[in-house]
Amino acid sequence: MTGKLYVEGVTQGRLPPDQLSDNFGDLHPPLDAHEALVAADRCYFCHDAPCMTACPTSIDIPLFIRQIATGTPDAAAKTILSQNILGGMCARVCPTETLCEEVCVRETAEGKPVEIGRLQRYATDGLMARNDHPFARAAETGKRIAVVGAGPAGLSCAHRLAMKGHAVDILDPRPKPGGLNEYGIAAYKSTEDFAAREVDWLMQIGGITFKSGEKLGKTVTLEALKSDYDAVFLGMGLGGVNALGLDGEDKDGILPAVDFIADLRQASDLSRLEIGRDVVVIGGGMTAIDAAVQAKLLGALNVTLVYRRGQARMNASLFEQELAASKGVRIITNATPKAVHGNGAVREIEFEYTDDDLTPTGQTFRLAADQVFKAIGQTLVGEGLPELDGRKIKVDGTGRTSVSGIWAGGDCASGGDDLTVTAVAEGRDAAEDIHATLTGAAG
Amino acid sequence: MADLTSEFIGIKSPNPFWLASAPPTDKEYNVRRAFEAGWGGVVWKTLGEAGPPVVNVNGPRYGAIWGADRRLLGLNNIELITDRPLEVNLREMKAVKRDYPDRALIASIMVPCVEDAWKAILPLVEETGADGIELNCGCPHGMSERGMGAAVGQNPELIEMITRWCKQTTRMPVIVKLTPNITDVRLPAEAAKRGGADAVSLINTINSITSVDLDDFAPEPTIDGKGSHGGYCGPAVKPIALNMVAEIARSAETAGLPISGIGGVTTWRDAAEFMALGAGNVQVCTAAMTYGFKVVQEMISGLSDYMDCKGFTSTEELVARAVPNVSDWQHLNLNYIAKAKINQDLCISCGRCFAACEDTSHQAIAMSEDRTFTVKDDECVACNLCVNVCPVEGCIDMVAMMPGTTDPRTGKVVEADYANWTTHPNNPMAAEAAE
Repeated sequence: MTGKLYVEGVTQGRLPPDQLSDNFGDLHPPLDAHEALVAADRCYFCHDAPCMTACPTSIDIPLFIRQIATGTPDAAAKTILSQNILGGMCARVCPTETLCEEVCVRETAEGKPVEIGRLQRYATDGLMARNDHPFARAAETGKRIAVVGAGPAGLSCAHRLAMKGHAVDILDPRPKPGGLNEYGIAAYKSTEDFAAREVDWLMQIGGITFKSGEKLGKTVTLEALKSDYDAVFLGMGLGGVNALGLDGEDKDGILPAVDFIADLRQASDLSRLEIGRDVVVIGGGMTAIDAAVQAKLLGALNVTLVYRRGQARMNASLFEQELAASKGVRIITNATPKAVHGNGAVREIEFEYTDDDLTPTGQTFRLAADQVFKAIGQTLVGEGLPELDGRKIKVDGTGRTSVSGIWAGGDCASGGDDLTVTAVAEGRDAAEDIHATLTGAAG
Repeated sequence: MADLTSEFIGIKSPNPFWLASAPPTDKEYNVRRAFEAGWGGVVWKTLGEAGPPVVNVNGPRYGAIWGADRRLLGLNNIELITDRPLEVNLREMKAVKRDYPDRALIASIMVPCVEDAWKAILPLVEETGADGIELNCGCPHGMSERGMGAAVGQNPELIEMITRWCKQTTRMPVIVKLTPNITDVRLPAEAAKRGGADAVSLINTINSITSVDLDDFAPEPTIDGKGSHGGYCGPAVKPIALNMVAEIARSAETAGLPISGIGGVTTWRDAAEFMALGAGNVQVCTAAMTYGFKVVQEMISGLSDYMDCKGFTSTEELVARAVPNVSDWQHLNLNYIAKAKINQDLCISCGRCFAACEDTSHQAIAMSEDRTFTVKDDECVACNLCVNVCPVEGCIDMVAMMPGTTDPRTGKVVEADYANWTTHPNNPMAAEAAE
């Protein structure tokens, strides 16, 4: 059965439901207990372990793996979660191949690292499957903190603050908390509604109120937050999508990759989600890969990812690039979009080959496109924000902004990579500094 | 392929790998499979007196400890001697020996310390065509509570007595199997020799509790809530066995007494080590119980390769070759100075050497910002711990300092001459230097 694979244009149900369900299954199936013990046995319990240094949240990886190996996976989970409250999601979405596993000494020794990410998932899944929350909230302090953005940075910050006894309101324009975990990660990395389950589990700490429909600059101002709360944490991410800057960019079929991904994540029935026969994704990061792979998995016949520089400059890891290639995504590098063709809706998109310095070569080509997903970066939006550093909110090492009483972290703040795990670390560290400041312990 | 033919106290076998008296040799079916797999000989599971046989527990009889990837390192058992009728065992032994005349077949025997008991069983065993007997003076559990096994092995007078009875009663060569559950293994070996033993075999299993059930609070293996100590064997006991074999091999009183080496032999290398320390052949049990009889094929090919590399044409050239180098601490050369050296090309920067040295030894390894680990020669005492904890074989070496160079740790020149503790100035008992 080929379904509607060859149907031109944008349509739903290109693949039969069972194949869609297979396609969007878990990218890395969880380890079972035996597999976890075998994998854990490979860890050398390194001194000052490189994996731990490479982890933005500094999880004590050798310790948690030893705890798995000695039959105490719940203790392992607590080791993980005490550093990274979203350790369950990070186990799924972290580019471990460029973080902990890249520097694993067994990668050095044998080209095969300890499976740190999968072991982390094994430990955290076990605990969360029982809905067991291993942290207790301290006595109420009476302090109230506003957290703007319910993504990884905001959730991490909120949990740490709540644990210390503060009352936290999380404000987010979307109906569900989770941010990119809920709306922005490839579906095959967060199956079975994991993002939502993880937030529910996190909220068990108590003291956190989620307020949806609240958008900074629209329904609420920073000034108001600053006066209503004892402290404010900004973790709203990057709300704007960079434009291609081409005529005809508003034609039907051209849309931000993040919107495509969000729609896919929120779809209750993938077979009713529309996808083109010919799909072009423009960009070279994780969002581009996630969009391209998922377009292919939805049944698009031809999916081409086009990046303006050379492969070595792509932000997506080699693992992600290979994943895309293995799913049948064609990757074209050194090509910049020049023009959109089509009446009303896009039909073709024209590119010009460029060298690594983006110097045009004069050689052009066209790709058939029923849909074009733009994934050339997102940008911070908002008025009256604290001082910026380039295009992001300027922060110091503890997340303090230029405005006293306002902290920031995650993708909207300067410093660190735009990764879930980095956002978690920044939210956590800002919470510690907020706590120290509010309780007079700050240095 | 080197000639692995072995002749041990006159008993010929195509190779020096025998299966020890233990569960794998309890009956004809197993022994035939062992011979088909290539084993050079078997010591049949210990026979008891005629009449109703002993009974075993009907719950777990083994306990274990494991290394990484659940590799079995040590096994403990509470199984007794054969629980099958004597006549059945004898009949099967005879049939097997008839069909495999080139293989060694030894009967392990354990009967009460009564002369008549030994005189009654020996002719029956002789009649099977067995090549020899092994007196089980080692079994540390169950039978020892009845005054046999290790209870005999712990009393040199009894060893000498039953050995003498056997030598007076049978023409078959007599091997005495010794228990390690004693303080000085040379004493029972000397007793066996006095009794006329043709050889000793060692070690039998070591008293042990392998683990405790932390829910039921009972030692394992647990039988209905209780456990008793068992006999420990497998790779974990090899170092203990090697030392005991060497002690007998280098003792003047027992020098030249043939030894069948037992205790954790798992690979050809283990076997070669036992033989180098004086064992004429080896007996294997746990490796077979862990991996099946096929392991002997690696032992055969490995020992053969090794002998070819060394130019040995007979196992005799290997046997006892390391014995002259087994010494006492007081005779070790204190002028020998070595330093650890880390091969940076092989190092994977795990830092285990650093943690071990920094936390528990001599703070003699430096760690740089980029995780390069180097030895501080002015602190290194060459203890070897870094080598032992390094996961990469051959990454860290101990390199001897040349005489005439200066040890940066002590500031003293390395001397070429040998000097040991007996003449060391710090030794209050030091022998006076000759005038």
